[in-house]
Amino acid sequence: MRSYAARRAVNVVMLSVTAFCAAAALFSLFFVLGYIAWRGLGALSWAFLTRLPKPAGEAGGGIANSIVDSAKLVALAGAIGIPVGVLGGVYLAEFGGGRLGALVRFCADVLNGVPSIVVGLFAYALIVVPMKGFSGLAGSVALAVIMIPIVLRNTEEFVRLVPHALREAGLALGVPRWKVVLRIVIPSAARGIVTGSLLALSRAAGETAPLIFTAFGNRYWDSGFLQPMAALPLTIYTYAISPYDDLHRQAWAAAAVLMIFVLAINATTRLALRTQAMEAR
Amino acid sequence: MEVRGLRAGYGSNEVLKGVTARFLEKAVTAIIGPSGCGKSTLVRCLNRMHETAPGTTMSGQVVLYGRDVLSLDPVVLRRHVGMVFQRPNPFPNMSIFDNVASGLVLNGIAGGRSELEGRVEASLRQASLWDEVKDRLRRSALGLSGGQQQRLCIARALAVSPNVLLLDEPCSALDPIATARIEELVLELKKQLTIVIVTHNMQQAARVSDFTAFMLLGELVEFSATGTIFTKPSDKRTEDYVTGRFG
Ligand SMILES: Nc1ncnc2c1ncn2[C@@H]1O[C@H](COP(=O)(O)OP(=O)(O)OP(=O)(O)O)[C@@H](O)[C@H]1O
Ligand SMILES: [Mg+2]
Repeated sequence: MRSYAARRAVNVVMLSVTAFCAAAALFSLFFVLGYIAWRGLGALSWAFLTRLPKPAGEAGGGIANSIVDSAKLVALAGAIGIPVGVLGGVYLAEFGGGRLGALVRFCADVLNGVPSIVVGLFAYALIVVPMKGFSGLAGSVALAVIMIPIVLRNTEEFVRLVPHALREAGLALGVPRWKVVLRIVIPSAARGIVTGSLLALSRAAGETAPLIFTAFGNRYWDSGFLQPMAALPLTIYTYAISPYDDLHRQAWAAAAVLMIFVLAINATTRLALRTQAMEAR
Repeated sequence: MEVRGLRAGYGSNEVLKGVTARFLEKAVTAIIGPSGCGKSTLVRCLNRMHETAPGTTMSGQVVLYGRDVLSLDPVVLRRHVGMVFQRPNPFPNMSIFDNVASGLVLNGIAGGRSELEGRVEASLRQASLWDEVKDRLRRSALGLSGGQQQRLCIARALAVSPNVLLLDEPCSALDPIATARIEELVLELKKQLTIVIVTHNMQQAARVSDFTAFMLLGELVEFSATGTIFTKPSDKRTEDYVTGRFG
């Protein structure tokens, strides 16, 4: 047996290592946030948020279309991906004990690991090629494909967490199984399902790769989902690789807008869940 | 309500080995016996909750008002045979009012708003909970104490007007005062419906029941009037169990 002093020394070393790693993780988050705020917030202005981009090489202009289009892309992606993910997750948790369930679960996990650029390629082959043109629709479908496995597995976890006793209570009242799931199980898991869906939305809002050859990007207002559409991550990408200093500045500002977008989704989720939890008391 | 030659199990493990018993109308029947002897399995067969778990088996007859309920739709059967579980299980996402109304609302048998309110109040009064909750019907059911939650679950079961009420160790998570209230309630309720109560507490069985069934290893050893079981049981094993000499 080692001496007490030696064990204490090991304890101190391990504690410092874990504390250091925790601090490093936190530091990189704050570094990213702080750096983007520093570089981006300065370039933010009302005009930047409300104007269209200027022709290449000219200073000024804004990203109004990217902001609106990003919101539209993500909204449509959510409208496709969330119902599929939530209902699929409920199926897995409630009825997915058999072979089919295991298969779906496996596929969802594989899909979750597929690089997002490959998902973009899939939407390209599925929609862009047959419809002969880049479109917001293709971009939303690609984002939806990215959201589905996240929402699905998250929903499954939370539905599984609903105590078995609640299902039994419902069944014992003579309520049919499907109604027990719909009216008792899903509402009990709603907080987790909503959180997971919103987090998937914010993940989709930040994706660039799947949009490159689907939504493609657009410097003007689009007129519907069948045309190329702008998106904040795409705009950041194009501006950042351009040779103009002014566009680099705008890329930082757009990055700050995107960060605020994503943080806002996260914060509202948490806030909404907290007030709901407090009302439930 | 009656069972004849009831066999039930989980997979290849047969838990009930041919149980025949008759639960008299408007009387309380207690089921006693050591842990694992199949008491819960028996009551869960009465409202066919047993078959909701995967891999369960069940055969024999369960008779309610002269009809074999194994041929009925289990969903309909469960509206006639209500159940209260060992641990209070109110719906956490619903208010007190909605919990009691849930059976009526989810089964689509609620009339108008005022009829619903009337039935909720009546059920809460039957469960002697009305006075404690009438000012906070809209609050979450999770704000109630364990004993209140259990009475809420009884009210929820009563709201759909069952003919039989199954209670599986309803007091095992409760303190003596809450237990006493539930026992009073059982004595009150038996004027209106048939009650089957599983209990580990001999005094409780003696206090509330008219008949007692003693089970051992999946078999019904003795079934008689409660007084007889506790004073002059005819089977040696019953005597050992009720006098506490049993392992
Ligand atoms: N879900 C299940 N799967 C497999 N076996 C089970 C299951 N539930 C119960 N059993 C088995 O069935 C037997 C009877 O269980 P049951 O719950 O009916 O006993 P009980 O008399 O209610 O016991 P207790 O007094 O502890 O509640 C036990 O041996 C138990 O191991
Ligand atoms: Mg039991």
